[in-house]
Amino acid sequence: MNANPYSPHTEEDRAAMLERIGVRSVDDLLTAIPKDARFPRLGLASGLSEMEVQAHLERLAAMNRTAGSGPFFIGGPIQRRYIPAAVPVLALRGEFLTAYTPYQPEVSQGTLQGVFEYQSLIAELLAMEVVNSSMYDGGSATAEAAFMAVRVTGRKKVVVATEVDFTYRRTLRTYGRGPELEIVEVPTAKLAASAEDAACVIVQHPDAFGSLVDVRQIADAAHAAGALCVQVTEPHANALLEPPGALGVDIAVGEGQPLGITMSYGGPHLGIFACRESLVRQMPGRIAGQTLDANGTRGFVNTLQTREQHIRREKATSNICTNEALAAITAAVYLSLLGPEGLRAAARAGVARAHALAKRLAALPGCAIANEGPFFDRFTLRTEIGGWDLRNALIARGIQVEATASHYVDGRREGRDDVIAQCTELTSEADADALVDAVAQLARSPETVAAR
Amino acid sequence: MTVRTHVIPDVGAKTAVPALEPLLFELARPGRSGRHVVSDDAADIPAAFQRKTPLHLPELTEPQVVRHYTHLAQLNYSVDAGMYPLGSCTMKYNPKVNDRVASLFADLHPRQSYRTTQGVLALAYELEQMLAKITGMDFVSLQPQAGAQSEFTALLVFKAYHAKRGEAATRRRIIVPDSAHGTNPASAAMCGYQVTTVKSDARGNVDLDALKSALGPDVAGFMLTNPNTLGLFEERVREVCDAVHGAGALVYGDGANMNALLGIARPGDLGFDCVHINVHKTFSTPHGAGGPGAGPLCVKAHLRPFLPKPWIVREADGSYHYDTAREDRAPAGLGDSIGTIKQRIGNFGVLVRAYTYMKTLGEDGMLETGRDAILAANYLLALLRDKYDVAYDRTPMHEFVLSAAKQKRQGASALDIGKALLDEGFHSPTVYFPLIVAEAMMIEPTETEPRETLDAFAAAMKRIAERAESDPASVKAAPKYTPLARLDEVTAARKPVLRWQRPV
Repeated sequence: MNANPYSPHTEEDRAAMLERIGVRSVDDLLTAIPKDARFPRLGLASGLSEMEVQAHLERLAAMNRTAGSGPFFIGGPIQRRYIPAAVPVLALRGEFLTAYTPYQPEVSQGTLQGVFEYQSLIAELLAMEVVNSSMYDGGSATAEAAFMAVRVTGRKKVVVATEVDFTYRRTLRTYGRGPELEIVEVPTAKLAASAEDAACVIVQHPDAFGSLVDVRQIADAAHAAGALCVQVTEPHANALLEPPGALGVDIAVGEGQPLGITMSYGGPHLGIFACRESLVRQMPGRIAGQTLDANGTRGFVNTLQTREQHIRREKATSNICTNEALAAITAAVYLSLLGPEGLRAAARAGVARAHALAKRLAALPGCAIANEGPFFDRFTLRTEIGGWDLRNALIARGIQVEATASHYVDGRREGRDDVIAQCTELTSEADADALVDAVAQLARSPETVAAR
Repeated sequence: MTVRTHVIPDVGAKTAVPALEPLLFELARPGRSGRHVVSDDAADIPAAFQRKTPLHLPELTEPQVVRHYTHLAQLNYSVDAGMYPLGSCTMKYNPKVNDRVASLFADLHPRQSYRTTQGVLALAYELEQMLAKITGMDFVSLQPQAGAQSEFTALLVFKAYHAKRGEAATRRRIIVPDSAHGTNPASAAMCGYQVTTVKSDARGNVDLDALKSALGPDVAGFMLTNPNTLGLFEERVREVCDAVHGAGALVYGDGANMNALLGIARPGDLGFDCVHINVHKTFSTPHGAGGPGAGPLCVKAHLRPFLPKPWIVREADGSYHYDTAREDRAPAGLGDSIGTIKQRIGNFGVLVRAYTYMKTLGEDGMLETGRDAILAANYLLALLRDKYDVAYDRTPMHEFVLSAAKQKRQGASALDIGKALLDEGFHSPTVYFPLIVAEAMMIEPTETEPRETLDAFAAAMKRIAERAESDPASVKAAPKYTPLARLDEVTAARKPVLRWQRPV
């Protein structure tokens, strides 16, 4: 039996292959390697059978508390949403899963058409002209949008709202260390007045705390200052809210995970990236396009490749090669199953349940909603207990919420001490009841909570 | 679905070519829908924010959607279907148990408390340890989501390292060999570096003299793929690394070809300061039609302070937490870290698959893998060398580069040969890369193709070489038995159609 169970070679095979090569052993093929570095022992354990490895992974998985095991209100860019049964059945077919970048379009039309359809669906949802085939995630898409704006405008200042999700701002700051961008954070309310000399302003709508933002006014101010407007968006919100393309936005980015992709503790997910057609030659990433074959039949290819690293090398618009094409196809399967009404229903459910829950929580003593204006499908709750202590007390009761105090950028905690509650179509009445009851109990004796 | 059948004259076999599929939008009819999510909730949204732009998503029933994607899938070539010898991409078999166990971790949110995700942290911590052992490095960041993002991360680490030593302003250049992947210079440029290219010598190694003359106090680092993109082990790798270090610069290892080194040698023992891993290559996670992958970055101890945060910490009692967010304490701050590339643990769903593969192989399986990959490449080269020119004719590692220069003179290019292979039931090798070989065909069989398949591939390559000699027009006319004939990429780029448009 081979030590690698996926190796097909018998000892006879190996002997015959060595004979054909004309050497006695594989060792004879390795003389270029420094002798003292050859054949290291690695110090790994022995290999497991499939049955053993399955059991081992089940043991590890049992050490986690899954989102669905109790009331769950953590959200933000990554959301627990209902995934129709057909989504993984189709998207994880081996023909998609085990193919690679469609370098040979004649035998990759499944991927290319699937990506072209994804681009078309997202373009329609966001009302944007061009969508690429995917970035890694919402965070890297945001950072690449800033880089693109720098290329387009020749400016090196990027202004980002503090109400943009903290993980996106962290990635943006980290990426920005490369070209040494000047990254300025201002509250959303001051974004419009801060566009001077900027390559772009970056706004999130609905913002990280769920609040709705007047993007059009910010986009107009950005354009007046010669800057681009980048909007961070969430896919479901666009079913109900006026989309980026209708608000004067130049580049729209976001996390596509809520479109039928599992949370999987953070990835693999889907970076959505869309822009105006006039900017497409500065766009990062692969783009599928329609064409004809030699017989005049419609087909699809990766196109505008002269932007890309394998052709342009150091002059490319980005270094991205491997992307998240499978997640793009997954999102397209999800959208085609839900259709416009299903997508609106899922979005409406999140909004309605968030609003109903907020109303009940705000009625409790010492509790208030911290959002200043209208909010979408999540909101922030401010209590006398404090967000951090409340969150920990709720976890102890099997209820998972997020605290703003866990938002830290550049190693510093951010100011607020609230909890955020995200609702989706999976948020049940019972979940809401459990949260309201627990907060009511804890709110009765706030001074005891921190001591726990 | 209609099925066209063709007879392939060469092998006399019948093959079914699946018919093309309409676009989703062309299958849709207003009023069709499934019932996956229904809600009678009313959303209270101020009128000024409400969507007024029409939303013309396609309306379809589930059976239509299932047929549509089943048909699309049938238009794809994949590792599950056959040999995919795409050089430098390591298209090895993707074990199914890896996919199944990944689903055990699907319903977890990255913002959950460490207290509710101890299984995730235990797995990730052990994975870091295993990767460090395999690469001979000291510490690992799992955050980068692909090889290119790992390159960029490493260059940010280099920048922070030099900054710490007060040399950020002077070290502005990254050197790459002319055989490097395009991502290397692209990552360097993205990181604000100037890029200098050094040539390869006659044996396919980095030209050491050219490298030495390019090195200087303004160089931040050198990016090296080993084995390189010719499939050749860098013969003077230690001298190369010494020269770079002598100039005060760092050596980045592009781990795209790490499959060749499994159990054979460790970058950490050869002089590299860091190396990235493409788990979708070396550790069998599926390539997903272009992605997702994952690109852990493995570094020597002197680069650890600059790695992305947070780091996973294991306590004496066997529990785990994150260093920057111990949750019951104030965050520890970034220190010298470059920041965060991806929240917490990168593409965890991919990393679970890689971990599972590594647990399955274990020490001995890992040691066997590199040997079998090298054996397969050398065997295939032995079968093909009398029909095709060999670029830089040395003993290769896990892949090798042929040149179709002779066939090109006869009238069939590397591109044509790749297309003819599609008719033979194989995927094409990587063609026209590396750039330093005319009419390059880069072939990587991997360790998971049986000898019969390698023989069949070689036989197909030989038939094509013979046709290039006797009837090159027939090679130029390929592919004939694929769903589409050759696609017009020039028009696609000149008059881009990048989305479906509703007929007006």
